[in-house]
Amino acid sequence: MTAASPPEVLRAPLVVEFPFTRSLGPVQSAFLTGLRERTVLGVRTGDGKVLVPPVEYDPVTAEEIRDLVEVAPTGTVTTWAWNPSPRRDQPLKTPFAWVLVKLDGADTAILHALDAPGPESVHTGLRVRIRWAGDRTGAITDIACFEPYEGKTGEAAGPHEGRFADMVTGIIAPARLDYTYSPGRAQTRYINALSERKTVGERCPSCHKVYVPPRGACPTCGVATTDQVEVGPAGTVTTYCIVNIKARNLDIEVPYVYGHIALDGADLALHGRIGGIPYDQVRMGLRVEPVWTEGGRYPDHYRPTGEPDADYDAYKELI
Amino acid sequence: MSKEPVAVVGIGQTHHVAARHDVSIAGLVREAAQRALADAQLTWADIDAVVIGKAPDFFEGLMMPELYLADALGAVGKPMLRVHTAGSVGGSTALVASNLISSRVHSTVLTLAFEKQSESNAMWGLSLPVPFQQPLLAGAGGFFAPHIRAYMRRTGAPDTVGSLVAYKDRRNALKNPYAHLHEKDITLEKVQASPMLWDPVRYSETCPSSDGACAMILTDRAGAARSPHPPAWVHGGAMRSEPTMFAGKDFVSPQAGKDCAADVYRQAGITDPRREIDTVEMYVPFSWYEPMWLENLGFAEEGEGWKLTESGVTELTGDLPVNASGGVLSTNPIGASGMIRFAEAALQVRGQAGEHQVDGARKALGHAYGGGAQFFSMWLVGADEPAS
Repeated sequence: MTAASPPEVLRAPLVVEFPFTRSLGPVQSAFLTGLRERTVLGVRTGDGKVLVPPVEYDPVTAEEIRDLVEVAPTGTVTTWAWNPSPRRDQPLKTPFAWVLVKLDGADTAILHALDAPGPESVHTGLRVRIRWAGDRTGAITDIACFEPYEGKTGEAAGPHEGRFADMVTGIIAPARLDYTYSPGRAQTRYINALSERKTVGERCPSCHKVYVPPRGACPTCGVATTDQVEVGPAGTVTTYCIVNIKARNLDIEVPYVYGHIALDGADLALHGRIGGIPYDQVRMGLRVEPVWTEGGRYPDHYRPTGEPDADYDAYKELI
Repeated sequence: MSKEPVAVVGIGQTHHVAARHDVSIAGLVREAAQRALADAQLTWADIDAVVIGKAPDFFEGLMMPELYLADALGAVGKPMLRVHTAGSVGGSTALVASNLISSRVHSTVLTLAFEKQSESNAMWGLSLPVPFQQPLLAGAGGFFAPHIRAYMRRTGAPDTVGSLVAYKDRRNALKNPYAHLHEKDITLEKVQASPMLWDPVRYSETCPSSDGACAMILTDRAGAARSPHPPAWVHGGAMRSEPTMFAGKDFVSPQAGKDCAADVYRQAGITDPRREIDTVEMYVPFSWYEPMWLENLGFAEEGEGWKLTESGVTELTGDLPVNASGGVLSTNPIGASGMIRFAEAALQVRGQAGEHQVDGARKALGHAYGGGAQFFSMWLVGADEPAS
C-alpha cells in the first residue's frame, strides 16, 4: 500500500512586458545619433582616456564630461565568450561570440556580438570591424554585429561636435520578464476547491484565524496553516470604492464597485467586484454571495443575497 | 559608547515636473546631488559613501539603476548602497545614511532618491496578470480608496475633509518653487467639482506623477561645525514594517505606523507630539491620509484627526502646519517622495524653507509610508543639537 500522492501544484507561464521609454541626455543622444550616421563617438575623460560607449560623468573625478571624440569602426577583441544557442532578441540568430571590442582610438571596450563560424575562429587580439545595420534608427542595434577584418588599423581619436541633423533624444527600451509562476501548495488547494465552487480557507493552529485565500502560513504567527475550513458562500461587504478608471487589459465596464468582502467564517476580507445592484446603491454591511460563470476559476462577481445588512459591530474588526 | 550626532548640512532638489525629457536618469540625480553639495559647500571628494533609493526597478524597467549611476554620483571607489522599501524608500534611504554616521562608520554621506515617472509605468508595473487569480485590478487609488471609506465610517468625518486637505496642499505648493503642481487658480470649489476616480477619492485629491530627485548631505558633529548654514539635527529616526494583509490588520491606522512614531518620539524625548512638534511633512498621496496619519502619528486622538484639518490647525498659518511644501499631493516622484518629506522637515528647522517657512519651526517630523500601508519610516529633526 502506498500513500496517496499529493495533488500536483499548479504552474503557468507569466510574462511581464512593457515598452519603457528612456530620455538620453546630451551624451547618449550624440552617441546613438552618431551610430545612425555610421559614426562611433566616445568621450574624453579628465585624464585623457577615451571611453566608448561614452558616459556623462568622469568615473575618476565625478566631473561632467562633454568632450566627444570620434573613434574608428575597427578594433581588437579584448575578450570573448561563445554563445552556442542564441535566445530571443539577441543580435544574431545563429551561434556567435559575445565580444568586448576596443575600437581603434578608444581606451575601453564595448560589448557586442561577433559573427564568426565557430569558437575556433575567435581569439583575443582578433581584429574586427563594425557591420552596420541596413536600417538604422539611432540605437545600439545600428551596429548589426562585428565581423573579422584584415585591413589597416583605424585613425586615432579626433574631436567631434556630436551634432547631427534630427538628433535622437529618446529611445524605447522594451523590458520583458519570463517567469513560470506557481501559487504553491496552499493556493493550489484553494484554487482547486474554487473549481468545485467552494471557498476553502486555512486556519492558523496558533491564533485560530481563518485565512482566505490561504498562503500556507499565518503571517502573524509564522506557523503553517494546516486545518482546511470551508467558508461562505455568503459574506459581508466591509468597505469598497467605486472605480471610474478603466484598467489596462481588463474587460470590465466602469463604473464598477471594488469591494472588500468578508466571507462568513473568514477572518479577513478578500477583494471582489460587486454586481447585480446599481453601483451607487452598494453600501458597507451589504450581504452578498458569489456568482459563478461556466468554467470560471473564481466567482465572476458577488451580488446581494437580499438579507438585511450586517450590523457595523459585526464586521468592523474585519475592515 | 554613545552615538555620533547626525546633522543635515546640504539639501538639493530638482524642480519637479511631469516630464524631464532633457535629461537622462543620471542627469536628473546629478542635479539634486550638486545642489545638495553646493548648499553644504562641499565637493565630491568630501563624500565618504553614497546611499541611494528608488521605488521598484520595474517602474522604469531599469534593473539596478544604482550601478550605472555611480559615475553621476561620484561613488566610484566609495561604498554605494541601494535601499528599497516601496513608497517609504526615500525615508528609509535617509535613515540608512544617518545610521552610517551615528555608528561612526562614515563621517559624511550623500543620500539621494529619485523617480522618473514619465519613463515609468507605476500604475500597472506592479499589477501583474498573475495566473489563476481573478484579474480584478484597480491601481493604487483602488487599493487605498476602500480604506479611506472605512476611515470616514469609523470617525463620522464629513465628506468635505479630503477636499480641504487638497485645497491647502495645492495652495502651499504655490509657495514652493520646487513643487510640481502650481495651480494658481485653485479653489475649493474646483477641488470638490473634480471627477470622482475611485469614489470617495476625487481627481484633485490624488497625487500627480512627477520626475524628480532629492538629495541630502548628512555629516557628523565635526562636519556640522564646518557647515556654512545652520544644520538640522537628527533627534530620532525609525522604520517599521508589517505584512500587506493579515487577520486583524488595521488598514486605517496600521500598528507599524504607531510603533514607528512611538520609537522616534522616545528617541527624541517627545511626550506630547501635538505640542512639542512645530510642523510635519507627512506622506499623503490621497488627501484623506492627512487626518488618518494625524491619528496614527499621535497628533490627535483616534477619530479626531479630521477635526484638526477642518479647523485649520494644519494650514500653513495654523499651529501644526502639515505639508507646508505642498506635500505628495503636489509633487510625487515616488521613490523620492519620502526623502522630500525628510528634507522639507530639515529645511523648516534650518529656517531655509523660503516662502513656505513655518515661523519659528524648531522641531519637525518627516514621515513616509509605502507598499500596502506596510512600510514606515520617520525622522524627527531639530534646530538644536540633541542632548546626548
